[in-house]
Amino acid sequence: MRVNVLLIAGAWYVAAALLFLTLGARGDWGFILAFRGQKLLALTVVAAAVAVSTMVFQTITANRILTPAIMGFDALYVLIQTMLVFTLGGAGAFALKGMPMFALETALMIGAAGILFGIMLRRSEDLNRMVLTGIVLGILLRSLSGLLSRLIDPSEYAYVMASSYAQFTNVEGDLLWAATGITITVLALVMLHARRLDVIALGRDNAMILGLEHRREAQRLMVLVTLLVAVSTALVGPIVFFGLLVSAIAYQVAGTWRHATLLPLSALIGAGMLVVCQTLFERVLDLQSNVLVVVEAVGGLVFILLLIRRART
Amino acid sequence: MIRCQNLTFSAGGKRILDAVTADAPPGRITALVGPNGAGKSTLLGLMGRLKEPERGQVMLGAEDAAGIPRPIFARRLTALRQATRITPRLTVCDLVGFGRYPHNPGHLTKEDQRIVEACMTDMALDDLADRQIDTLSGGQQQRALIAMVLAQETEILLLDEPLNNLDLSHARRVMNNLSARSRAGRTIVTVLHDLTIAARFADHVVALKDGRVHAEGSPDEVFTPEVLRELYGAEVEVHRINGKPVILPI
Ligand SMILES: Nc1ncnc2c1ncn2[C@@H]1O[C@H](COP(=O)(O)OP(=O)(O)OP(=O)(O)O)[C@@H](O)[C@H]1O
Ligand SMILES: [Mg+2]
Repeated sequence: MRVNVLLIAGAWYVAAALLFLTLGARGDWGFILAFRGQKLLALTVVAAAVAVSTMVFQTITANRILTPAIMGFDALYVLIQTMLVFTLGGAGAFALKGMPMFALETALMIGAAGILFGIMLRRSEDLNRMVLTGIVLGILLRSLSGLLSRLIDPSEYAYVMASSYAQFTNVEGDLLWAATGITITVLALVMLHARRLDVIALGRDNAMILGLEHRREAQRLMVLVTLLVAVSTALVGPIVFFGLLVSAIAYQVAGTWRHATLLPLSALIGAGMLVVCQTLFERVLDLQSNVLVVVEAVGGLVFILLLIRRART
Repeated sequence: MIRCQNLTFSAGGKRILDAVTADAPPGRITALVGPNGAGKSTLLGLMGRLKEPERGQVMLGAEDAAGIPRPIFARRLTALRQATRITPRLTVCDLVGFGRYPHNPGHLTKEDQRIVEACMTDMALDDLADRQIDTLSGGQQQRALIAMVLAQETEILLLDEPLNNLDLSHARRVMNNLSARSRAGRTIVTVLHDLTIAARFADHVVALKDGRVHAEGSPDEVFTPEVLRELYGAEVEVHRINGKPVILPI
């Protein structure tokens, strides 16, 4: 049963990837495969990072309608973009694009999250308070960006707008390799915690009764979650609802509570989904617009449905 | 043997336990009684190291509990909490299996499997083994949680109102099982609100009121109309049947 679900999800991803690589390809296959292959890798890395980080975050907080992005990561990303344009101007900020920007954004987000998670996890056992603090922090950062953006030259503001949505168009080679390396390493580390995550899912008290150093485990996992979110956000921009969508589907179809299955399952489902959507967009509908805008809208809808259902039961 | 020394604990700016010193003798059942809000669950939480005391210590024999690494501690002491919500969709068998985690974090061995099945039988869960926890009745869930605690096979068991939601026959089953385990040398501390059951099964009673030890001793010593009047602010009659106190509210 468990193996089956993973095999099906694996097949789903491989089919999606093959479709993406080959559909409507004409001309120089070597070039097309290399070009599309890079994009496929970017889609896969981002989807896996978002899916797994969401699931781990939900297990630690014992809340299936939360996602780490809700903790203000997206707002921080936008604020960084706005501040760069504000201080360096649109052209100056554009000059930073690529590796320097990626490194800067990743470092800033890890720093901010480290401070937030560090303080909250040390001071209290109350994860809900941490989540609330994150949400409030997000609102604060958003209003700061709003304030700054009013001071920016309207013509330069277009640059901020453009980088405030996740997109896969400008993912460059070395950046992609760095993000891939970090993501694979962190995913492997998360998988080593799969069994402990099963125990953590029983709640803080039960986990401690069963011998887990709950706070230390939660801190370590939060660091891994932060790395995943920071890297994927720095790579393509903020993604909020996609993770919720994927984890909701994964819980539905998994038929198991074991993270050893749930985590890779959600990664495969998410990656397959993103790749299929991208294929549909680029190849079938021939749209140039951004696939994540649509995926996020659908994810947001699912989020609201989950909230309503939760409120009813 | 587990001993609380001078345990003090505050939460929300309020002192909840004030220098509580009490013993749970080895191989005996200790009943922890007292009115709602007296601090029983808090005391059990401190004994199980789920909370940190402001002052004081919990001693396992001559050892300070705080110094024992938690994975090892979990092989020696387990606890049933008063209100436990299990969110993942586990079967009864899966849940009870988690009780073996401290001994064997990987997959269950044959021996683990045997213990899990024995504990399910002890709690009359054989027919429910493959049912999802969230489809069980309150009493069935409680029995599954107790079975998980039993499967941990520790020398010390802390149980917070284990008889919650249990009918007469299952309450009897749980208490007899705890009795058998205490005779086999395990130390048991259990919060009980039914004083007649406490008198029938416990060897030692600790009565808590307003975060302090109000009385401590054998059931005969603690369950008198005078002590209980002060403890609960309620009038009770204490009768004796077969030499054991039976407590009736008036
Ligand atoms: N986190 C907290 N913040 C503030 N007060 C608390 C907290 N936890 C417990 N209390 C208070 O501490 C007191 C003792 O609580 P505790 O749960 O230990 O009582 P109890 O003896 O187990 O009661 P019951 O019989 O109702 O289970 C109560 O007055 C409770 O309101
Ligand atoms: Mg209580």
